[in-house]
Amino acid sequence: MVPLSWYLTFAAALFALGLYAVLARKNAVAILMGVEIMLNAVIVNLVAFWRYGNPADIAGQAFAVIVFAVAAAEAAVGLALIISIYRQRATVMAEQIDLMKW
Amino acid sequence: MDLSTLLTWLIPLPPLLSFFLIILFTHRDKRLSHSVALGAIGLSLLFSWTVVFRALRTAHFAEHPFAASVAWLPTGDSALRMGVTADPLTVVMLFFVPLACFLIILYSVGYSNYGKPRDDRDVPGSAPRHGVEPMYSRFFAFLSLFAGAMLVLTVADNLLLLFFGWEIMGLCSYLLIGFWHGRNYDNPAQITPRAAGVKAFITTRFADVLMLIGIVYLYSQAGTLNFREIFFSEEIMNHLLHTPSVIGGLATAHLIGLLIFAGTVGKSAQFPLHVWLPDAMEGPTPVSAMIHAAAMVSAGVYMIVRMFPLLSAGAGADGGSPTMTVMAFIGAFTALFAATIAVAQNDVKRVLAYSTISQLGYMVAALGIGAYVAAAFHLMTHAFFKALLFMGSGSIIHGVEHGIHHTQEKLDPQDMLNMGGLAKRMPVTYWTFLIGGFALSGFPFITSGFWSKDEILADAFAHGHWWVFVVLLLAAFLTAFYTMRQIALTFLGEPRSESAAHSHESTWTMTFPLVVLAFFALFAGFVGVHSDFPVLGELLGHNPFEHFIVGALPHHLAGIEFNWTPVLLSVVAGLGGLGCGWLLYGRRPLAAGQPDPLVAYLGPVHEMLAGKYFLDELYDFALVRPAKWVAEVVAFRWIDRGLIDGTLHTIAGAAMRIAAGARWFDKWGINYPSDKLGDGVRASGYSFRVIQTGRVQDYLLITLSAVIAVSGVFFLVLR
Repeated sequence: MVPLSWYLTFAAALFALGLYAVLARKNAVAILMGVEIMLNAVIVNLVAFWRYGNPADIAGQAFAVIVFAVAAAEAAVGLALIISIYRQRATVMAEQIDLMKW
Repeated sequence: MDLSTLLTWLIPLPPLLSFFLIILFTHRDKRLSHSVALGAIGLSLLFSWTVVFRALRTAHFAEHPFAASVAWLPTGDSALRMGVTADPLTVVMLFFVPLACFLIILYSVGYSNYGKPRDDRDVPGSAPRHGVEPMYSRFFAFLSLFAGAMLVLTVADNLLLLFFGWEIMGLCSYLLIGFWHGRNYDNPAQITPRAAGVKAFITTRFADVLMLIGIVYLYSQAGTLNFREIFFSEEIMNHLLHTPSVIGGLATAHLIGLLIFAGTVGKSAQFPLHVWLPDAMEGPTPVSAMIHAAAMVSAGVYMIVRMFPLLSAGAGADGGSPTMTVMAFIGAFTALFAATIAVAQNDVKRVLAYSTISQLGYMVAALGIGAYVAAAFHLMTHAFFKALLFMGSGSIIHGVEHGIHHTQEKLDPQDMLNMGGLAKRMPVTYWTFLIGGFALSGFPFITSGFWSKDEILADAFAHGHWWVFVVLLLAAFLTAFYTMRQIALTFLGEPRSESAAHSHESTWTMTFPLVVLAFFALFAGFVGVHSDFPVLGELLGHNPFEHFIVGALPHHLAGIEFNWTPVLLSVVAGLGGLGCGWLLYGRRPLAAGQPDPLVAYLGPVHEMLAGKYFLDELYDFALVRPAKWVAEVVAFRWIDRGLIDGTLHTIAGAAMRIAAGARWFDKWGINYPSDKLGDGVRASGYSFRVIQTGRVQDYLLITLSAVIAVSGVFFLVLR
């Protein structure tokens, strides 16, 4: 059986990949995709811990599913916001969307 | 309520209303103002005389006088009642008071130069030179209020309402004596109208306080202030008579009597509080007539006549009550004392002022010896002839002032030594003044003054009050003497100044009242002729006045037997005085610049009399100056400046110091740190605002850095 550390390493790598995307990309859609990747890394962790920790308890799995659902909802809301911004300002570049400063 | 009672209620109302009407609405229109005043007092006169005639026609009027009252001030289980009553005494007052007031107000129209254009040099508060009085309407407003107050006092059925009228009159006398408040004299010793007003007010106030104490004392003892309830109740009178008062040896009734009599001493200018009355001559002459004849001074005597049952409580056949003894003494002394001063006065009004004091002394003395009827009788006749004399003197002064206006001389229009020979120039004034003067002197048989004065003397004689009799007889002699002196100096001979030569008769509004009053000064006395007087007593209906007025008393007052001795003595005194005056002044009238022959006869005594026994100076030295010293040094400098101001300043200083400390703390302890805190927050805000870029990725980067830093702290430090 693959040891737990492999999952964790994989999840950490995935998370770092996502984080980099969030911080480095200019396109808001890409940022959103980075966020999704980070979420997925977390879910990998969650499922791995459930499997190696206490597989008899169904709560771990259920929790992972809920996170999927939340991530999907969040993606939907995020995309809607981006579309709305695009309609207003004809851009999806994050650095140009800086209305909320002092 | 029948018509008589209703009218009694209404009598004082028109003049009081007229006062407000003039002050509030009509004061711009002179004609309307005096019409309102005249109409109002005329209405009162109509009401009064209606009441008088209805009273005279009512059978058993004395037992059932017109009276009505309302509960005015409920006090616990009883109520203080206010009301009016018209008993025989009130009816007598109602006969002459409104008439005199009416005539005085009519006279004032002419006296205030109505109809003449206003002199541009006249300012409000100065006596008019020749034009119309600048404060014309106000004068009539005050006169109306005065008349209204007098009528309130007359119809009052209790001592409190009487006191209201009494005090309003005190106010009015102050206002009217000081009416020409802007007047100043070159001679600083001469009293100004301002000072005279204040003097009158303060002097009478002193007496009024004593009277008020008496009233309160009476109410606390009797439980009521209604005249009839007190006098006609055996129980209350016995209680008052047999309860010892706060002062040992004196019954309550007598102490109350003395206190109330003190009010009269002030109001009716009896010694030693007479000093205000001569100075009250500074007011306009109608005011003098108002004060000296119709209203104020009569009010004082009226009040003690009204209170006579209380004042005489305990008096038996053997002698009067202690109160009466005091009254007899003060009255008789004042009568003689004032008469002697009048002899040496040169001011035409001041002679009359002192004669008023003297005549009021007569009435007070009459009450003091129990001559109730005579006192009331003299009160009435005196009101007529003294109003006549005062208005006559006003007419004289007016005439001389006219002369002064014509000749531009600088002289005192009231000084009799500047007059003379006015009889030809002012015939109506002369004849009426002569009638008034003879009435005052008690010219036998044809003047009212004779009958009333004679009745007082007869009473003193019949009851054996010898010293009162002698003193009053002496005063009667002096009265006749100075009256003759006044008439001779004023009217007879040749004018002693250009102005007197240019004087002329006054207008009809001034002379008409003189004629009316002269009629009453002659004939009013016939109602009170003793019933046993030969021929006349029978002819005039056996002294109807006495029969009428004794009804006001709870107990029957025994009349006196007719006796020729006092009548003859009084004739001798009156004619003797007039004769002496004629010998000295009338036979060879004074020429211009000639000194008063009396000065040579009396020498230093004359100086003392002319100086009014220097009582004013004595009061000034003994009372006024110490009072001023106390006010200036003790009250002002020590107590006010030193004690009260000092304490206040210390307290205020301490408060200032505490406040300064609080201010310092506020500034440096609260304000400064707060400001600095705000400044710091603002400065940090400025420095931090650069990181607020609005770009979401910058924020995420910061968040990441913070997470890493916090995690680092957790891992490396807090582990």
